Amino acid sequence: MATAASTYHEEHPGGITRWLFTTNHKDIGTLYLWLALIMFFVGGAMALIIRAELFQPGLQIVDPHFFNQMTTMHALIMVFGVVMPAFVGFANWQIPMMIGAPDMALPRMNNWSFWILPFAFTLLSSTLFMQGQGGAPSAGWTLYPPLTVQGGIGTDFAILSIHMLGISSVLGAINIIATILNMRAPGMTLMKMPLFVWTWLITAYLLLAVMPVLAGAVTMLLTDRHFGTSFFDAAGGGDPVLFQHVFWFFGHPEVYILILPAFGIASQIIPTFSRKPLFGNDSMVYATASIAFLSFLVWAHHMFTVGMPVGGMLFFMYATMLIAVPTGVKVFNWIATMWRGSMTFETPMLFAVAFVFLFTIGGLSGLMLAIVPADFQYHDTYFVVAHFHYALVSGSIFTIFAGAYYWLPKWTGHMYNETLGKWHFWLTVIAFNITFFPQHFLGLAGMPRRIPDYALQFTEFNQISTIGSFVLSAAQLLFLYIVVQTIRGGNKATTQVWEGAEGLEWTVPSPAPYHTFATPPKVS
Amino acid sequence: MSFPVSSDGLLRLISDVGLVLLPGLASADYGPSADWGLNLQRPVTEIARDILDLHNLILIICAIIFVVVFSLMFYALFAHRKSRGHKAATFHENSMLEVVWTIIPFAILVGMAIPSTATLLRMDDVTGSDMTVKITGYQWKWRYDYLDYDVGFFSVLSTPREQIENQADKGELYLLEVDNPLVLPVGKKVRFLLTANDVIHSWWVPQLGVKKDTVPGFINETWTRIDEPGTYRGQCAELCGKDHGFMPIVVKAVSDQEFAAWVQQQKELMAAAADKTWGMEELMNRGKTVNNQCIACHGPTGQGVLGVFPAIAGGKIATGPVEEHLKIVMDGKPGTAMQAFAEQLNDLDIAAVVTYQRNAFGNNTGDLVQPSQVKGLRE
Repeated sequence: MATAASTYHEEHPGGITRWLFTTNHKDIGTLYLWLALIMFFVGGAMALIIRAELFQPGLQIVDPHFFNQMTTMHALIMVFGVVMPAFVGFANWQIPMMIGAPDMALPRMNNWSFWILPFAFTLLSSTLFMQGQGGAPSAGWTLYPPLTVQGGIGTDFAILSIHMLGISSVLGAINIIATILNMRAPGMTLMKMPLFVWTWLITAYLLLAVMPVLAGAVTMLLTDRHFGTSFFDAAGGGDPVLFQHVFWFFGHPEVYILILPAFGIASQIIPTFSRKPLFGNDSMVYATASIAFLSFLVWAHHMFTVGMPVGGMLFFMYATMLIAVPTGVKVFNWIATMWRGSMTFETPMLFAVAFVFLFTIGGLSGLMLAIVPADFQYHDTYFVVAHFHYALVSGSIFTIFAGAYYWLPKWTGHMYNETLGKWHFWLTVIAFNITFFPQHFLGLAGMPRRIPDYALQFTEFNQISTIGSFVLSAAQLLFLYIVVQTIRGGNKATTQVWEGAEGLEWTVPSPAPYHTFATPPKVS
Repeated sequence: MSFPVSSDGLLRLISDVGLVLLPGLASADYGPSADWGLNLQRPVTEIARDILDLHNLILIICAIIFVVVFSLMFYALFAHRKSRGHKAATFHENSMLEVVWTIIPFAILVGMAIPSTATLLRMDDVTGSDMTVKITGYQWKWRYDYLDYDVGFFSVLSTPREQIENQADKGELYLLEVDNPLVLPVGKKVRFLLTANDVIHSWWVPQLGVKKDTVPGFINETWTRIDEPGTYRGQCAELCGKDHGFMPIVVKAVSDQEFAAWVQQQKELMAAAADKTWGMEELMNRGKTVNNQCIACHGPTGQGVLGVFPAIAGGKIATGPVEEHLKIVMDGKPGTAMQAFAEQLNDLDIAAVVTYQRNAFGNNTGDLVQPSQVKGLRE
């Protein structure tokens, strides 16, 4: 340890000030990841209220207005409070270590971009305690007017917190771009960067492009609500559908903000446990870039039933179908990486393989949703709910688990308990499918989304789904236990941790010292 | 209806899984008979049939691709394991392969786009219609206006409140029943004009293959031509506030003759209602139905919500002068959720609901309001 301490500077303030004032990328990464985990349980509890109410027809547990608050808050928290902060946490920890940089390019801004978040989520969550003034926002996370304009004070709190989240995301994105473009170790050309770094570079540009658009949209909502404007009110010359166009111009790239870093994580893990280099590294980069580019041209596929000219519908259908091509390339490349490898199945690999398999189901149902005539039947039903949970849970959340198990030994210096990790995996993957697969059938059979009560023929599948959701949630407590156990102790991790692991982060000791790469490494 | 799975349900599940794998099949009519429904509902229009065929086609193509691709992956997971002693190869590039797996998916997509485009163009063609119905979404009910016949009415959920609150057994058509269904003739091309009064709703009847948003201040267009007589049920598909889950749609398709007779009957009813002198029992029965529209705020027993929605039971409007009661129902109360119902309800319905409220919930005022009185107030 003495040598390590002299080679790497370990000193840092103790106690709460370490976390409040930190400019260290590893500390800030840890803060982001803990915030995401806490919000994961908050958002999950809301999902359980939704599923419990839907266990039987009739109103049992909550009234319809509170039910709408739950669907709205569950989505806002899972999107902005879990998946996005978790990926930024990974970026903070890993990008400097993967490119051989000592820290992020803008460390003080890094501190600020994190510390905005707890305040934003406090504001957002406080609306739950304002039930006398209309409670939390209840018009859906998509915030469509005129319904949002009817909302109570909770809507204004939500708008303010969205502004704060947007500032945080933009600052984070600037920092990531500045770090990647300026601080790579000598010899690390762009095309030599690990894929996780590449996907984050592209994601950061998406964030820069669309978070301000969302900020503009919600600001117009705010002025419509309070300052007499009529951007979205036909009676004043506005158009409610304009909001949907602006929202989804943000919203579709946002979908890729939530999945491209997941692609990156999977592209790190699959080669490691296949003991074989990533197949088609360059084509992975080009595919990611094409997906990001196309994501700006497909927004109106979220609103085919709103009444569009037929030419518009055809354009958005074709553009959306086109995304299947680069996405398919990625899936093929991952499978080709596994092909003729020498595979082992530790927990990170299990989650990564489940991601490839289950995310593809979400991708194919996405292709079905792109087919406009069929979308007229699927739109706003549980088929859509099933689709995006296959994309976001088995897509984003599964890779977040995979990444956590993969890098925890590097972060903590301890191996996690493999047996418990496998239990967590199997419980999660089975319960996930029990929860969400039946929702495809519910949607096709005609159950609309966002309803607190339903007709009798939907009972059985809803009951199965609810049972699955409770098992799924319970399994996540196991994840919390495993993480805490790994932080507190466990078998010592080696420097390389995984037999097949390659890259700069596996050249520093485990746990990674407080400061790494004070002198840049040489990349050949 | 209950869990665990009945053997009946299980059999159905197995047979439906089999059916899903074959094209051209779908689940039964909307209703309890469709338990364990796995696919789109049975279509009753040409468009809905086209959509079902398209859906089955794309689903099967996706399923085949999925099985082929993941057979390869699972083979690798099985065969190329370290524990079986498999040594890793070192290849990591193959341009030919990359080109092939870019072009083949692209070709498949083109194959999917062609029938999709054809169906979409047919759906979009609203020309040559035989009649037009204007559909207006309200929080939380629908209004139908037959523009060619001068007939119009509201359609409100008729499932009793006690069923929703679990104080009574749920009926077979729980949440899928209304007081006045939309009656349409079979075999005629019906054009729909859709708009909304307050927020965005979406009018959806799965068996017709019609879903279209109703946007306040704008008019959307779509159409249907129903093949066979029957009752087809749907729901609002766009989140529209508290009672979004409680504004179903019921379409009753009848023969030409029955439709003509129904139109005639509606006109006579409207004319007769205005002149006739109505008895207490008739008004109370009708008023109870109309009062369903008041329940959302004033509650099923007229208790209201303290400080937000005034009570009808023992309330000072409902037990005070009749004129004041009529005025507030017809003109509403600006700045509150109380709408002006003068334009939403006809003379008879206003007379009936006021009579009902003055004599129900323990308000035994004995007052009886005639439609002619309402008509007088309008002038």
